[in-house]
Amino acid sequence: MDLALRSLPFLWGGLLVTLHVSLLVVTFSLAAGVLLGVGIAYGPRWLYWPIRFYSDFFRGVPLLVLIFFVYYGLPAARINLTSFAAAVLALSAFKTAHVIEIVRGAIQSIPRGQTDAGKAIGLTFRQRFQYVVAPQAVRRFLPPWINAVVDTVKGSALVSLVGIVDLMLAIQQVIGRTYVPMPMYVLGALMYFAINYSLSLTSRRLEARFAYIRE
Amino acid sequence: MSDPSAPVPVVRIRGLRKSFGANRVLDAIDLDVARGEVVVVIGPSGSGKTTLLRCINLLEPYDDGSVQVDGVEVGFRAGADGTRRRRGERELTGIRADIGMVFQLFNLFPHLTARENVMLGLRKVRGLPEAEARGRADQWLTRVGLSDKLDSYPSQLSGGQQQRVGIARAVAMDPKVLLLDEITSALDPELVGEVLTVVQELARDGMTMVVVTHEMTFARDVGSRIVFMDGGRIQVEGTPRDVLAATTHERLRAFLARIELRHHETR
Repeated sequence: MDLALRSLPFLWGGLLVTLHVSLLVVTFSLAAGVLLGVGIAYGPRWLYWPIRFYSDFFRGVPLLVLIFFVYYGLPAARINLTSFAAAVLALSAFKTAHVIEIVRGAIQSIPRGQTDAGKAIGLTFRQRFQYVVAPQAVRRFLPPWINAVVDTVKGSALVSLVGIVDLMLAIQQVIGRTYVPMPMYVLGALMYFAINYSLSLTSRRLEARFAYIRE
Repeated sequence: MSDPSAPVPVVRIRGLRKSFGANRVLDAIDLDVARGEVVVVIGPSGSGKTTLLRCINLLEPYDDGSVQVDGVEVGFRAGADGTRRRRGERELTGIRADIGMVFQLFNLFPHLTARENVMLGLRKVRGLPEAEARGRADQWLTRVGLSDKLDSYPSQLSGGQQQRVGIARAVAMDPKVLLLDEITSALDPELVGEVLTVVQELARDGMTMVVVTHEMTFARDVGSRIVFMDGGRIQVEGTPRDVLAATTHERLRAFLARIELRHHETR
């Protein structure tokens, strides 16, 4: 117990790194994923196929392989990134592919009749998207997207493998010095859980807020 | 509004052709709808009646022929060299705003209240200020009997109420013609009446309408003219009395017999 307490500041530092990585990845993947997701849902062929390929490729490659590729592979092409930048880049590229699919799915799940009704009253394409499709798509986007965010936090533990002292590596280093694995792993698991559970709670509150009927 | 004494029909269709792949859905349709007229289109499913309706406001682009609403060609504009070009999205939206449509499955916007459903087009397409759009929305919703449902979401309304919102949303735009696409087909039988009553009142007020329906009583009582379609063609056309009673046309008689039978079964 005493040990756990004394290691807390160190673990706290690791936790902040985990949150930092996650926040960056979530932000980048959200921005890029929404843009490309709208592109794949509405775009012309020349836009569709590159995005399709990107999404299928990055969802098909193990995340760890991506991280190693960016970290060890890019320097061969004279692109030298810090381990932090490399990890964030790899995770973002990976997550973007998932966000693309969530956005595409959310948009395409809106019934055709909604677009027809928008056309019939004379809304332009942009207006139909802004006032009819997007507000409904956001509601369908949120639940799977929050799942993706939770996944990002968990997946960010892999950055410890390129030497970034995130929560995962901090835990392992404490164990390395103290030789008491179980309490440390339990403590670490609780910290991951605390982050992700509060995310889930936020998600539920958001869904309620965006429900069609507000009571 | 153009001169009502002028004989220009609100809707003028000539030689309209439309195919889905190898399947010809509309084959050389000619149809005029005069101002204030209620043209009822009947026919078996797959006869092309819904497609015909959707060509009038270009929810379906047509292959050949001409559809004019109030003298304006809907699907094409004349190019500089006299050839026809398909209209762009922006030109189309202006034309569509003047053509109202009510759908079989209502297609209300589920994230907006009844009032907001009606207001959307008034605000964003007609550019009315908030207060005026709200006033007009409330006025129409009251006319269709929903003054106590202004702030209800579609999911809180019965099918009949939703469809009346759908009608209010269309007529609030002050359209030159109103297209009704089997608007009672998805309703429970006891809710059909409340919707048709609203349509009947619109007809009495002189709204020009093209109505696709299987409600023969409505067709007889409200229709100025009945058009029977089969196989993508207009087979019979005339006053309700002529079309429904004196039928020498084989396929029309068979169709009416089937409708009649189904009608009795649901009683």
